[in-house]
Amino acid sequence: MANVYVSTVIDAPADTVWARVRDFNGMPQWHPAIADSRIENGEPADRIGCIRHFHTRDGGVIRERLLALSDYEYSCTYSILESPMGVENYVATLKFTPVTDGARSFAEWSAEFDCADARERELVELIGNGVFQGGFDALKSHFGRR
Amino acid sequence: MLQKVVRSTVIDAPIERVWAVLRDFNSHDRWHDVVAESRIEGSDRSDQVGCVRSFILKDGNRIREQLIGLSDADHSSTYCIVEATLPLLRYVATVTLKPVTDGDRTFWHWQSTFATPPGRERELREAVANGVYEAGFANLRRHLDIGADLNGSRGPARHAAGPSVPSRRIVVPVYGDAEVLRAEEGEAAAPGPDEVRIRQRAIGVNFIDVYLRRGWMSGLLPLGTAGGAVLGMEAAGTVVDVGPGSSGLLAGDRVAYLGPQPGAYCSVRTVPTAWVVRLPAAIEDDVAAATLLKGLTADLLLRDLGRVEAGTRLLVHAAAGGLGLLLCSWAASLGATVIGTVSSEAKARVAREHGCRHVVVTADYRFADAVQRACGGADVIVDGLGDAARDQNLAALAPRGHWISVGQATGMLQPLPPDALLAKSATFSRPVVFDYVSSPALLEMRTRRLWDALASGACAVPPIERWSLDAAAQAHARLESRATIGALVLTA
Repeated sequence: MANVYVSTVIDAPADTVWARVRDFNGMPQWHPAIADSRIENGEPADRIGCIRHFHTRDGGVIRERLLALSDYEYSCTYSILESPMGVENYVATLKFTPVTDGARSFAEWSAEFDCADARERELVELIGNGVFQGGFDALKSHFGRR
Repeated sequence: MLQKVVRSTVIDAPIERVWAVLRDFNSHDRWHDVVAESRIEGSDRSDQVGCVRSFILKDGNRIREQLIGLSDADHSSTYCIVEATLPLLRYVATVTLKPVTDGDRTFWHWQSTFATPPGRERELREAVANGVYEAGFANLRRHLDIGADLNGSRGPARHAAGPSVPSRRIVVPVYGDAEVLRAEEGEAAAPGPDEVRIRQRAIGVNFIDVYLRRGWMSGLLPLGTAGGAVLGMEAAGTVVDVGPGSSGLLAGDRVAYLGPQPGAYCSVRTVPTAWVVRLPAAIEDDVAAATLLKGLTADLLLRDLGRVEAGTRLLVHAAAGGLGLLLCSWAASLGATVIGTVSSEAKARVAREHGCRHVVVTADYRFADAVQRACGGADVIVDGLGDAARDQNLAALAPRGHWISVGQATGMLQPLPPDALLAKSATFSRPVVFDYVSSPALLEMRTRRLWDALASGACAVPPIERWSLDAAAQAHARLESRATIGALVLTA
């Protein structure tokens, strides 16, 4: 079982950041690596169990199922059903916590998955630095500009 | 209705650094301004789940809290109030740290739930949120800033104590003159519970080392013990490893210590963590070794015993010595009139540069008339001379004066009949610095005051004369020859 954990501090209140990332179908609006997204079967994007189907900018197809969504804890958990990365049993959580001294938020993005041993380092690097930190950098830059 | 308080912040230090302090359930009197005293009840250790800590707060309130959960994996600690003079009912709190991987910082989340008497909800919520949690954030930042090593590259080496390591040391085979000192190879044992092993870079030389070498305090330095009779009460260096327990120290931390058991004349030493303070970035190892014991002595002499303030007439003997110069500059910045005695014109010049207003140059310890002429007598005398200056000190005192004996370079002070003090309603004191830093909280408070005074210039660092550890005998000979100006340090 491989683990990835990335965290950062974003210069905006947690509810503001959450409003930008809550939409399970909204990744193309904030994550630079995602080209387009749709929810399968026309379901609402905040129905637990719904599946998002999206393309990365390099053309990969990924399907992910929403496992948990909490507007109270500002968190979202999902699993990968299909992807070009070669991961199994992949479950990830994205979570935001208010930093009470200053209008900031603490952001965490973590994942657990199985993969071939030889590929673990490469995948941890790709997911941690590429996907998670890349998304956080985009959020930091978006909220830092205001 | 249960009240809930949540406060959080980001600390600019790696999580291991912050957790090293917060996992210690008994550390708050060292860093949180609200807490005056903390102790663990019974014989439990502070990382024993179920242990109870007893706080006395600065405002007089008392709180007993029980540790009900501790996780090094999650960096979290959960505790509840079992008894308090404050009406916080069913109070349960959790401290959680998380790493900010983007920048190697720490997210600190502190939350609690509790009930209150009707009508006091808001008041107590604010007391907990602001007075305890937010004040704690600010206090811990200050506590960590005291250390110079916030972003050092260290692993979590807290329990990774290795076996004994070689340590070059200076021993006293027989009591006697400086020539008896011998360098030899010894070893520093692995740190046990609540101990830390230090690679020493600079060791302070003090007059007590000379008394011990001469055999004047043989109870403190018995000969023929297994570890050898090693001198030295203070040193500065870097933590090698840390024994089990919650010390707040990590391998690689820059530290200094002073302790009531001699043994500092060596290259590596294992000491109780209760003796140890972390060093601010601005304080070099040799400055720490030159000023820690002497500076804390100056602090207790000026504040606790002398109560020196603007207008106090302070007589300092050996005014150009390490302690003397620290006293002169610190007392002058408090507004005192400082009179010093020295043995040469060269020393007189340095004493004046450090704030000494009247300097008496005397080779035979005659100064009382000069002191009386200069200011009408001394309100406070700091005396490191001892027996040869006994009668002159009594004559130099002002009415209601306070004679504080901190050393006896000229010989052991003969017993003083109480009636000798009667003529001037005088007071006599014989303090030992270690009794004034007997708890970690006291040590922390006094060293912070010293580092602040050195940083602001209120107290000037004295000139430092450096000798190698192997040349300890020459350093002692220099100190006893009365030729040195400022502080002596051995470098290892």
